[in-house]
Amino acid sequence: MANTALAGPDAGLTQAQLAARHGLRVAGERPSLVEYSRRLWAYRHFVAAYANAKLVASYSNAKLGQVWQVLTPLTNAAVYYLIFGVVLDQQRVPNFIAYLTTGLFIFNFTQSAVLAGTQSISGNLGLIRALHFPRASLPMAATLTQFQQLLASMIVLVGIVLVTGEPLTWEWLALVPALLLQAVFNAGVVLMVARMGAKASDLKQVMPFIMRTWMYGSGVLYSVSLFERLPGWATTLVQFNPLLVYIELARYALLEQAPLLNESLVQLWLVAVAWAVVAGVGGFIYFWRGEQEYGRG
Amino acid sequence: MVEHFTGSDEATQALPTLQARIPTVVVDEAHIVYRVHKGATGGSSPVAALRRLVKRTQAPNVREVHAVKGVTFTAYRGEAIGLIGSNGSGKSTLLRAIAGLLPVDRGAIYTQGQPSLLGVNAALLNDLSGERNVTLGCLAMGMPPAEVERLTPEIIDFSGINQRGDFASLPMRTYSSGMAARLRFSIAAAKKHDVLLIDEALATGDKGFRRRSEQRVRELRESAGTVFLVSHQLSSIRDTCERTIWLESGELRMDGPTDEVIRAYEDFSNGR
Repeated sequence: MANTALAGPDAGLTQAQLAARHGLRVAGERPSLVEYSRRLWAYRHFVAAYANAKLVASYSNAKLGQVWQVLTPLTNAAVYYLIFGVVLDQQRVPNFIAYLTTGLFIFNFTQSAVLAGTQSISGNLGLIRALHFPRASLPMAATLTQFQQLLASMIVLVGIVLVTGEPLTWEWLALVPALLLQAVFNAGVVLMVARMGAKASDLKQVMPFIMRTWMYGSGVLYSVSLFERLPGWATTLVQFNPLLVYIELARYALLEQAPLLNESLVQLWLVAVAWAVVAGVGGFIYFWRGEQEYGRG
Repeated sequence: MVEHFTGSDEATQALPTLQARIPTVVVDEAHIVYRVHKGATGGSSPVAALRRLVKRTQAPNVREVHAVKGVTFTAYRGEAIGLIGSNGSGKSTLLRAIAGLLPVDRGAIYTQGQPSLLGVNAALLNDLSGERNVTLGCLAMGMPPAEVERLTPEIIDFSGINQRGDFASLPMRTYSSGMAARLRFSIAAAKKHDVLLIDEALATGDKGFRRRSEQRVRELRESAGTVFLVSHQLSSIRDTCERTIWLESGELRMDGPTDEVIRAYEDFSNGR
């Protein structure tokens, strides 16, 4: 070798021995799970800045700008109320507007996070191919962007709930842990679909249908008591549907007389925590295992 | 096939920092094979696609390209190495593999720290202002927020995008391609890299910027990094690199002092 001909301690070593001697690592090696988590934590400022930037960018072409952050959920709620409240004349649920908007906004948090997450790798290939950072930063940022959106729609929701005559009680405080658990659950699911979406871009086409089916199975638009007519096993299945659980927790916190499918509050919290842990940890590990593949089209 | 030059170490020995040569990139018989999608050709009907999904076989419109065939070399601290070769000779592929963005098929590539690849296509967020892109880019390279804040004006100054009015606060989609490329280079060059891989990025921008960026590459080298430069402009390789590697059809043709390699390469290109 022309370039290793210099006499010295390195003379006569093979390339691999030379690399080992000077502590060089294999290019693009996947770090251990602990090391990966540590790096991701070191990149928290990037995650926050990126989430913020995405939020600003998504409204940068609209004339009303960030007002849409409030207008979009409001319009959404109005349309669904027109169909399910006025046209279909919902009698079963007391204070249907508040019932509907609570379910809708909570569900929308997961829906938009998952839809954004599907493209968080495939839509950022330029950034991924240019710079080296823990790829989990991108799905995490997508979740954080949607969490910020959620906070805006929660302000709208609180307004609607109060205007429709619900009293302000201590139970409202339960909303905070419920939303945090849902955020952890969402982060896990987003990490999972981000990896799947990086490999199969077809997922982008399928996702809206999956999310719509999930919405109908979560009792967003109609009374959850309808699920009790299903065969027993199906009702149990719906009871453990994570989104139904998070929606019920929010309804329990905000509304006085909303019908709930889960009678036991303890069970509701336990299932909510379990889903957050399973999805959060599982999604993170699943995403980490694919770390080297991202950006290699 | 690989021509050796006994004098190949003269240029690097001239640098004062090289009493002990510390390798930063070790490439050992690396083979790189990647798959390209030829686009929709025959056999792309939905039924055929579904059958492939079920049987988990490769799509017929995917072809394997053996881009790098058994390349071996070692790069040391403080070196600037030019990579030359005709189009499609595997230069960019090799850089991406060193950056850890492409897997090697056989052989191995070892690196010190995390090499950074700086290409012309490195897109940031086009809807955001140049200034915000600088912040994001620096954070993405792992800088602490305080340092990012300190460096942001310097980076914008260096890129020269504010020479004609306040462009730093405009969205990047309003930039000309040269301006965007200059800003990207400035962001990547703001950090000290152990190994910096530059793919055609110096070719962008006007003369003044090119001079500044070549100066910056020299500084990066002196702060004990290794710089790889891919360029079709032999003059910029001659100006910045003292060692050059010539790749042809994925094979290492020659590795030695820039002048000798470029002379041989020019004879080869003219002879065709």
